[in-house]
Amino acid sequence: MNIPVDTDELTKRYGEHLAVDRMNLTVLPGEIYGFLGPNGAGKTTTLRMLLGLVRPTSGEVRLFGGPPGDLDGVGALIESPGFYPYLSGADNLKVLARYSGTDPLRVGEVLAMVDLADRGKDRYSTYSLGMKQRLGVAAALLKDPRLLILDEPTNGLDPAGMADMRVLIRRLGAEGCTVLLSSHLLGEVQQICDRVGVVSHGRLIAENTVAELRGGTVLHIEADELVRAADLAKRWIGDENVRVSGTGLDLIVEPDRVSWLNRELVTEGIAVRELHLRERDLEQVFFELTGEVAGHVG
Amino acid sequence: MWGSCTAELAKLVRRPANWFMLGIAVVLGLTFTYLLPLAGAAGATSGAPGTDRGLAATMPENLVGNSIGGLPVFLGAILLVLGVLAVGTEYGWGTWKTVLTQGPSRLTVYSGKLCALAVATLSVVLTSFATGAITSAVIASSEGEPLNWPSIGALLTGIGAGWLIGMTWAVLGAALAIAMRGVALPIGLGLVWLLVVQNLLFGVAAPLLDWVNTLQLALPGANAGSLAASLGASDGAPGIGELVGVSQATLVMAGYLAAFAGLGAWLLRRRDVL
Repeated sequence: MNIPVDTDELTKRYGEHLAVDRMNLTVLPGEIYGFLGPNGAGKTTTLRMLLGLVRPTSGEVRLFGGPPGDLDGVGALIESPGFYPYLSGADNLKVLARYSGTDPLRVGEVLAMVDLADRGKDRYSTYSLGMKQRLGVAAALLKDPRLLILDEPTNGLDPAGMADMRVLIRRLGAEGCTVLLSSHLLGEVQQICDRVGVVSHGRLIAENTVAELRGGTVLHIEADELVRAADLAKRWIGDENVRVSGTGLDLIVEPDRVSWLNRELVTEGIAVRELHLRERDLEQVFFELTGEVAGHVG
Repeated sequence: MWGSCTAELAKLVRRPANWFMLGIAVVLGLTFTYLLPLAGAAGATSGAPGTDRGLAATMPENLVGNSIGGLPVFLGAILLVLGVLAVGTEYGWGTWKTVLTQGPSRLTVYSGKLCALAVATLSVVLTSFATGAITSAVIASSEGEPLNWPSIGALLTGIGAGWLIGMTWAVLGAALAIAMRGVALPIGLGLVWLLVVQNLLFGVAAPLLDWVNTLQLALPGANAGSLAASLGASDGAPGIGELVGVSQATLVMAGYLAAFAGLGAWLLRRRDVL
C-alpha cells in the first residue's frame, strides 16, 4: 500500500536555525490529518518540503511512495494564495490547468465547489481576501487530487465561509481524499480531523487521534484562595495535573476522586464555589504540549 | 512542456504591460528609423540622432538594417524588461508555488517561459519588420521612388539575426530575475548595463584604452551591434558598429543566449522556492 505522506527523519536547516528537526510524519489513506503548531514551529517548511518547493537538508519524503516533486494526484494550497492579478479567477485556473494537463471543464466545477462560480469572470485583483483564499483551494482541487495539502485554508474567511470550508473538507474526506490540514484554529481541527500531529520547534512532539490526545475529563474548580488551593492540589495529585484556567483551576483527576478532593479542600478551609467535570479540549492539550502559554501554576 | 509553453503564452498575451511595451517598441523604432531621417530631409536641424541619414536610408531596400538596428540597445532594453517581467513577477505575486504545485517540474516551467519569450521576441522582430515595411513603402510611394525590397533570403537572415539578439536580451532578463528573485533590481541593473555601461565602453572607453577595446569584442553588446551592422543597420544608431565578423558575432550571441538560459535553469533548479 502506498502511504499518501511518509517522511523519514526529515530535516531542514537554515544556517544555525533548525527549522525542521528529524520529522517522521505519516498520513494514512483517507484520513484528515491535522498539522498543529505555533507560528514558526516548522509546519509550512515541512509542507514545502513535501511538495518539492524546499529541498530537505537531510531525510526523505515520499508521497504515495514516489519521490519528492512527483505531485501526480496531489493538490496543495501553501500559505497565502498566489495568482496573476490581471487575469480573472477562472482564467487563472485555466492557466493552471494547462500546467497540470487538466481538462479546462474542471475549472467550472472547482469554482462551484468553493462558491465562486458567480465571480469567476472577475479580475483576481478585485477579489476579497476570503475569495482569494477560496480560489487557492479551488486551484488545489483542480487535479481532483487523492491527497490535498492545505496550509491554513480558512485564513481570511468569514464565519460562514469557514463553516463551508469545513463542510467541503469533510466531504472530500468522506469521498476518500486524504487531507493534510495545517491550521492554527484548534476548534476547527478538533471538529474535522481524524488524527493530529503537534509540531513544536521543528519536531513532531505528539501524534494521535483527537480523542486520544484530548484524553479524559478535566475537573474545573472555582474556589476562594486560588493560589493556596492550587498548591494543595499539586501536593495531592501532582504538579503536572494542575493548571490555572481563567478564574479557577483545571485538574486532571479520576471522576471517583472528585468528592474526596472537594472534601479535602473544604477541610483545609477553602470555600469551593463551583465544581464540575468537563472534557478537555484540544486547545488545552496543545498548550500543554507546546508550552506556548505559561498556564501552569507556579 | 507544451502545456507549460501554452500556459506561459496565455499569460504573456493577456498581460496589458506586454502590449504596452510592444507599442513603445514600435513607436521608438519608427521614430528613430524613419521619422527623424524624414525630419532631417525636410530641413530640421535639431541635431537629433538619425536626422543626417537622408531620405534614402528610409527606402524599402534598407528594411533589414532599419528593422534590427534598435535591437542592440533600446529595443533590446524593452526585451530585457519583457524577460524580467515574465519570470520576476512570479516571485512578487507568489505564483511559483501555485504553478509548481500543479505538477510540472521547475525546468519544464522554465522551458515554457523560454518558449513563450521566443515567440514574444519573434513577434516583436516581425512587428518591427512589418511596421518598417509599411512605413518605408508609404515614404517611397510618396516620394515617387521604386519599391525595391530586400530578397527573401536577406529578410529571413535579418529576422533570424534580430531574433537571436532579442532573445539574448530577453533571456538575460529572465536569468537576472531568477538570480535576484524579483523585478525591480533586475530591471534596474539590466538597463544600467544595456543603456549606460555598454555605451560607455563602446563610445568612450574603447577608443581610449586598448584593453577595453579588446574586452568589448567578447561582450554581447558589441557582438549584437556588429551583427546588426553587418546586415545593414546604420552605424549612426547607438551600439551599432561592425567590430567583429558576422560569424563571430553570431556565435558569440548564441553562446551568450545559451549561457544565460543555462544560468537561469541552474539557479532555478537548485534554489528553494520560498
